[in-house]
Amino acid sequence: MRLAIIATLAAAAVAAGCATTPEEQAPARVEERAAKPAPVETKPIARVDLTSKPAAASPLKDPNNILSRRSIYYDYDKFDIKDEFRPLVEAHAKYLRENPGAKMLIQGNADERGSREYNIGLGQRRSDSVKRALAILGAKDNQIESVSLGEEKPVCTEHAEDCWAKNRRGDMLYSGEY
Amino acid sequence: MLTRLRAFLGAVLLLVTPLAAAQLSIEITGAGAPRMPIAIAPFPGEAALGSGITSIVRADLERSGLFRGLEVPPLSPAPTEASTVNYAEWRSRLADALVLGSVAARPDGRYEVRFRLYDVVKQASLGGIAYTLSKEQVRASAHRIADFVYEKLTGEKGVFSTRIAYVVKRGSRFELQIADADGAGEEAALVSFEPIISPAWSPDGRKLAYVSFENKKPVVYVHSLVDGKRNVIANFRGSNSAPAWSPDGRRLAVTLSREGGSQIFLLNADGSGLRRLTSSAAIDTEPRFSGDGQWIYFTSDRGGSPQIYRMPAAGGEPQRVTFEGSYNVTPRLSPDGKTLAYITLNEGKFQVALLDLSNRQVQIITDSDRDESPSFAPNGRMILLATVIDGRGVLSAVSSDGRVKQRLSVTAGDVREPAWGPFTE
Repeated sequence: MRLAIIATLAAAAVAAGCATTPEEQAPARVEERAAKPAPVETKPIARVDLTSKPAAASPLKDPNNILSRRSIYYDYDKFDIKDEFRPLVEAHAKYLRENPGAKMLIQGNADERGSREYNIGLGQRRSDSVKRALAILGAKDNQIESVSLGEEKPVCTEHAEDCWAKNRRGDMLYSGEY
Repeated sequence: MLTRLRAFLGAVLLLVTPLAAAQLSIEITGAGAPRMPIAIAPFPGEAALGSGITSIVRADLERSGLFRGLEVPPLSPAPTEASTVNYAEWRSRLADALVLGSVAARPDGRYEVRFRLYDVVKQASLGGIAYTLSKEQVRASAHRIADFVYEKLTGEKGVFSTRIAYVVKRGSRFELQIADADGAGEEAALVSFEPIISPAWSPDGRKLAYVSFENKKPVVYVHSLVDGKRNVIANFRGSNSAPAWSPDGRRLAVTLSREGGSQIFLLNADGSGLRRLTSSAAIDTEPRFSGDGQWIYFTSDRGGSPQIYRMPAAGGEPQRVTFEGSYNVTPRLSPDGKTLAYITLNEGKFQVALLDLSNRQVQIITDSDRDESPSFAPNGRMILLATVIDGRGVLSAVSSDGRVKQRLSVTAGDVREPAWGPFTE
């Protein structure tokens, strides 16, 4: 953008130089020298090429990439992965397959109702189910650790179902993200 | 004894930052009947100690729900443990029991507290003790006097000198706090920006096992309260949680997910010697040893809903213990092993239930609706629990007959995960 503006200004300067009329500069010698057209900007104009690829941004961070999505939500007392989250799990399995050095931590979560320790168990079931699905789709066991945060790290703290639904969740995190 | 206690408290003070305005306040919300009327006459000389030793003794005894402290007007001459007791006069004040004492300054800057307990009805002395103490030991000494009185009059050991552990969540901070049984003298053993849950006292009262999330996953630590040293006891792949001490303090049962699911394992107290105890596709968690070390009670949903089971501590076939209701979790055995406290879901409310293990009778002893983590006092008389009142986490204490109720809360914080410590000598 900035380059484009500079280019436009340079063009305008050239046009201004050309537009200087001989009548105006005729009588005085001094003025004649000063009225010489300004030297044309010779610096090469930087080109913006939108057809080239952007600098290797991680697909994990690209908001337009499904891989930037990390959360799977569950029904009450359930740990099976709902159909709507299948494409997400498949995308992450593919990424793990194609990046054998990538490591993932899956944190399972539960809503606040009931025993904290039993809720660790429920969250573990959820993270284990994601790990199992990723493994079936070709991710290696040593790439993935499944753990549980139980009810201890709620993203929503109201004591009502729409909030609890947000907390019944599995989060897929890559090394460096936790 | 007091010297040792003092050295211990000194060590703790060096390691933690006490938080101002953090103290638990206690409110008694119900009382048992009938309560024994007891007169505790002000000890001449006690003003020199600052906090009134007799008022702490009285508050302790009243909190038990078994005693009613009588107002004692200023007497002249003020009676002491050396006075001849006018039993008729104390009887006319309706006292069944009487405590008289005195405080004297010693040349070394310390104080001597002497007291004697009397049975006014039988017109007999029940004994007395003399303590030498510094001003910092007033509370500890008052709790010891209350323990003496309690034991002489009820035949059971008092718990006023024991301590409690609990977690306070203050904004984004989690504080593992240790306080006297009356909520006073709170000191943080651990402060973290990540959750801390499931504190469990070692049988000697010198260590706490707990689960900390400081590594972005649950890991079991054993924390020495004497020197603040922390040891990782279980940090296997997956989740590590629900620590429980064996009665001899040499082993810990924990819940691990290292082999998939949540299963109960046994470890030596230094983290060595891992052995798997349960083998199910269910969630098996919240292990607790019976007092004789023979059994481990635990929560399992192997039958479809979470229920309490027990198995031999050496491993073996589990037997189901709870049958009523669809959600029974967090088993806690009474110190005498006769009663099981646990959390039950009762008409949409999570409440504390007691199961009499001899006749299978179940009694729900709370009327709150979000109870968690029941914890017996070491004499079995009271149960400390976490609950939620007006959206805030508070601790509540209820007598094991359900009649006496107290609430313990802190300002600007959520209190949860209480654990009542053992008797210590």
